[in-house]
Amino acid sequence: MSLLSARGLSKSFAGLQAVRNVDFDLPQGEVRALIGPNGAGKTTLVGMICGRIAPTVGTVHFDGRDITRLPAHRRIRLGMAYTFQITAIFAGLDVAENVALAARRRLTGDAVASAVEAALARVGLAGHAGQEAGDLSYGHQRLLEIAMGLVQEPRLLILDEPTQGLAEAEITAFKALIRDLAGNTTVLLIEHNMSVVMETAHRVSVLNFGEMLAEGTPDEIRGNADVQAAYLGTG
Amino acid sequence: MKIAVLHIGLLALLFALQFVLPAYHHGNLARIMVLASYAVGYNVLFGYTGLLSLGHALFFAAGMYGMALTIDHLGWSPAPALIAGLVAGLIVSAALGVLALRTAGVAFMIVTLMFAQAGYLTILYFAEWTHGDEGFVIQQAQRVLWGIDLSDPSNRYFAALALFSVSLLVCLWLVRRPFGRTLVAIRENEERTAMLGYDTFAHKLGAVVISGMISAAAGASYGLLFGYAGATFASVQYSIFPLLWVLLGGAGTVLGPFIGTLFMFYLIDLSSGITTAYMLIAGVVLVALTLFAPQGLAGEVRRRIWSWLP
Ligand SMILES: Nc1ncnc2c1ncn2[C@@H]1O[C@H](COP(=O)(O)OP(=O)(O)OP(=O)(O)O)[C@@H](O)[C@H]1O
Ligand SMILES: [Mg+2]
Repeated sequence: MSLLSARGLSKSFAGLQAVRNVDFDLPQGEVRALIGPNGAGKTTLVGMICGRIAPTVGTVHFDGRDITRLPAHRRIRLGMAYTFQITAIFAGLDVAENVALAARRRLTGDAVASAVEAALARVGLAGHAGQEAGDLSYGHQRLLEIAMGLVQEPRLLILDEPTQGLAEAEITAFKALIRDLAGNTTVLLIEHNMSVVMETAHRVSVLNFGEMLAEGTPDEIRGNADVQAAYLGTG
Repeated sequence: MKIAVLHIGLLALLFALQFVLPAYHHGNLARIMVLASYAVGYNVLFGYTGLLSLGHALFFAAGMYGMALTIDHLGWSPAPALIAGLVAGLIVSAALGVLALRTAGVAFMIVTLMFAQAGYLTILYFAEWTHGDEGFVIQQAQRVLWGIDLSDPSNRYFAALALFSVSLLVCLWLVRRPFGRTLVAIRENEERTAMLGYDTFAHKLGAVVISGMISAAAGASYGLLFGYAGATFASVQYSIFPLLWVLLGGAGTVLGPFIGTLFMFYLIDLSSGITTAYMLIAGVVLVALTLFAPQGLAGEVRRRIWSWLP
């Protein structure tokens, strides 16, 4: 059954059609990669799914329920989590408090601290709990974003270019983390790094100029002539 | 633990000072404690939630007039009159919050300023009941709470201390609760907070109401303890004061409002003893502090020495 299902989503920004008439289905438990050239509309599309951006037209269903009119915070409560492409941590607060804010939405009391500790350990930031988040390196801030997503134990985890700015070893750890989540958590992963896409995604959706160009397994997508053309700019 | 010692310690010190201070400073400190409670209320919204209001005089005055008008016209005794002041603060802050929170940033400042101005003009307009600019005195006989004469300096001091203690401890409790932490998160990054599943509008409205009610409690107490209600307390000046006190003492610190109020009170008091151009001295000191201690006095202490300061 589809956990998430979008129909006819479009968004225009002052005349610019960032997303056109996209249908999108995501089955429970799947890891889906969303790829496409810069400016293809990936961030805009997931923004409409999680409620940050109001669609011009179209509907979104989550777990069988029409959520098109729900504000973002209500969608998050239904079990979505979103990590920002442009790092949006609480720079003035310490690392543990950043994750605790995400955790307190579902936990209270002592359970918060242990969930925070576990989430930080999972992304490799265990030693940084007391540090001010704004003082972290860029890559570590990205990892903190991921920890804030994980600690919510969402049913649908939306990650917008999580590996941007990560070191090679951190990317390897990230792949392992996603494989670990697969099956329990549904993951929608916007990603430019093809090795991450190929090694973690069950299926791949390709967005180009705001339209859904192709959808298939990583191998199918790799062999797809249209996708190659879009990426090489000859399409 | 350190936190409890520090804050309870301050309250204990204020308690002890009652017995040793000379009459003049004793009276000042009572006034400072009431005004500092007002600043504590302001700080909940400005320091912790990051919302800059220019209309808090509306809440202070709502409390003051809610108390004073029920005594003056309905002949209520102080206890129910104080409650009337609090209810007035609740109603006014909830109404203002619902309307003003549709805006943000500079627009929020302007909308709050406008509402407070409207409140001020309303007090002047209904001069028949409010005695407008002149205000009115609350007689000594009307200021006896449970047999305690609040016009007596010692009683007044203890009443002011009780109000300040409650305000301070409520603030301390609040900012350590998940609700208060969420307010800080809204201050730091509102969109991020919403994307963690928090209803940021409801939290901000809660902050406006808590802030408004503490301010109203201070306004009602001020009228009752010092025996006077007047339109000055609803003027722009009284919206700017708590902003200055909080900025000086340290926005987003529990002790900052008290330190700022104390500091500014004595700054003006001392400099007016030296020269008639005391506002000039006060101005220069304020500018210097903004330059060299931009986070306020308690804010600098937190930054440099006690990073655990709430
Ligand atoms: N708030 C906005 N106002 C105006 N135009 C916007 C806005 N957000 C996005 N756009 C435009 O919409 C198009 C799609 O942007 P979007 O950020 O969704 O692309 P993307 O696929 O996420 O790109 P990238 O890989 O660079 O992150 C771009 O042309 C972008 O300039
Ligand atoms: Mg993007």
